[in-house]
Amino acid sequence: MTDLADDIVQAMFTDMLGARLFSQRVFNLQRQGRAGTNAPVDGSEALVVGAAFALDPATDWVLPQYRELVGLERFGADVLDRYVLYSIGHPEGGHIPEPTRVWPPQISLATQVPHAVGLAWGMRAQGEPGCVLVFLGDGSTSEGDFYEACNFAGVLDAPVIVMVVNNGWAISTPVSTQTRAKNFAEKSHAFGIPGVTVDGTDAIAVHDAVADARSRAVAGAGPTLIEAVTYRLGPHTTADDPTRYVPPEQLDAAADPIEVMRAEVQRRGIWSEQWEEEVLATADARMERAVVAAESHPLDPTEMFDHVFDEPTPRLARQRGAFAERVVASTGEGSH
Amino acid sequence: MAVVNMLEAINHTLHAEMARDERVMVFGEDVALNGGVFRATEGLLDAYGAQRVVDTPLAEGVIAGTAVGLAAAGMVPVPEIQFLGFSYQAFHQIAGQIARLRYRTRGRFEVPITIRSPFGGGVRTPELHSESLEAQYANIPGLKIVLPASAADAKGLLATAIRDPNPVLFLEPLRGYRMIKDEMPDGEHLVPFGRARTVAEGADVVVIAWSFQVELARRAAAQLADEGVSVRVLDLRTLVPLDVASIVEAVEACGRVVVVQEAPLTNGFASEIIATINDEAFYSLEAPIQRVSGYDTPYPVGMLEDHFVPDVERIVAGIRRAVEVEA
Repeated sequence: MTDLADDIVQAMFTDMLGARLFSQRVFNLQRQGRAGTNAPVDGSEALVVGAAFALDPATDWVLPQYRELVGLERFGADVLDRYVLYSIGHPEGGHIPEPTRVWPPQISLATQVPHAVGLAWGMRAQGEPGCVLVFLGDGSTSEGDFYEACNFAGVLDAPVIVMVVNNGWAISTPVSTQTRAKNFAEKSHAFGIPGVTVDGTDAIAVHDAVADARSRAVAGAGPTLIEAVTYRLGPHTTADDPTRYVPPEQLDAAADPIEVMRAEVQRRGIWSEQWEEEVLATADARMERAVVAAESHPLDPTEMFDHVFDEPTPRLARQRGAFAERVVASTGEGSH
Repeated sequence: MAVVNMLEAINHTLHAEMARDERVMVFGEDVALNGGVFRATEGLLDAYGAQRVVDTPLAEGVIAGTAVGLAAAGMVPVPEIQFLGFSYQAFHQIAGQIARLRYRTRGRFEVPITIRSPFGGGVRTPELHSESLEAQYANIPGLKIVLPASAADAKGLLATAIRDPNPVLFLEPLRGYRMIKDEMPDGEHLVPFGRARTVAEGADVVVIAWSFQVELARRAAAQLADEGVSVRVLDLRTLVPLDVASIVEAVEACGRVVVVQEAPLTNGFASEIIATINDEAFYSLEAPIQRVSGYDTPYPVGMLEDHFVPDVERIVAGIRRAVEVEA
């Protein structure tokens, strides 16, 4: 195990506390009718933050599924700010600006794994030094894209880390329905790449596993499959009622990554109640700013027509023109 | 100027574009060592090396999907889907990811991907090798759909496609690979998208077609010229973007229209052409627009395919239907 310095461990715990708070705030925005369906992070804080701290935000990329963006503060403030925009349904939410090396949420399960492999392949072709880490869930491992991409990653020796977040559930489908394999790490045998299972509730363990995989990746030794085992502590999304299928005793027995990390911080003698309260107050204020900024982010409805191509086709330009005329006529004002 | 067939034009252009821009990568099934099952990528591996010309595992979804990541890394991916019917297994990546990456990231990522794929039937391939899926893809916002019908255009349109910062589905007529031969301009030759080409001049009726059907329409026009019917043939070249102005001009000039497609009738791109004419040039019509197409059946096996695929005779019959109506 890496001997992470106290200030690093504190910073990791700070981001984990932030992730849960940010996620809860976005969840509540949905309940208030201010955001769309979203997937809370509860249970995944350690594995996201642990991975983020093992990567280099200046050279490495993260391709999330959709649950992880609240924990990637280390990669830049744009990640959360744009995730809030995304959650309230603003088109700019999918635009995480340069130079932040994080992709927006991916809703189509496992499709981001081929993207990650292609990105890693292209980075190597360009002589770039970094690697790519891609998240997907246990349910997503049943998708063809997962197998196709991991297989090709192995053939290419691509500098990519595939992190399977095994949180026990794919909405209501348990892991036992997803696979007969003993665990998800052993699927790596089919690809001829290393596979490891790590305690996904232990941020430091995840950090170490990702750091190892990263060393291999950037040294040209190829991809690694990491299975991070945790338990989904909340619903799949705001639209889900897990009491219909999650056995309460399983939920009660599940480790909470926040508590695991708090215990570690306490063990190191670098925790106090006041410190944690300050961290939460800072995160709360930071989130408040993000929400205010998102809800006041201007939106011109004609932006619907932007970025289909670099330049609109004549047909699209015409549709845009007719739309703009109709919207202006119906609102009696310019675009807002 | 040299007379070459369409495959030679494509191969020539791939060589030229890889030489011009070292970011261009060609990858797919059997494209490197074997030079492609039709030899479209012959010689690329030797000329540009194994880092840029890559045989992939047999998985169309990841061929398309890795193109997304390569593009984001700054490369110019030119993946090949060996037959368009195989793109069913890549549809989720092409439609769901490639076509909308620029849109969903509000332009952060450029997507200069050109997917090459042969399509269409008439050459006795096994099942699922002959599908004409241009209308399915044309219904996906964010994809340009390019279908050359001559060797010269194969060069000019492919070069334009590879240099275009948007995703292009570049569909090559399987049946025309060696049959279509014409003079290919030397040196730099770029054909812009969205400009239809008048293949044959005529005043009585216009046949609107794309890809191999242009060749058939040209033959039908030549046959009817002997009977004194003056047939214009318009090759659309690209379905997205669509050259509406040239369609309107031809309809206004001729008043009678036949649209030819190899795809099944229902929801084919011919329907879109006819709807466009309805919107833009309805009062210039002197007769109902005729469609010549495949049937609403799955693409049939070898002993039936000549009955399915439009031929010169069916196009001639369609033209006769269009011209025999009294104005």
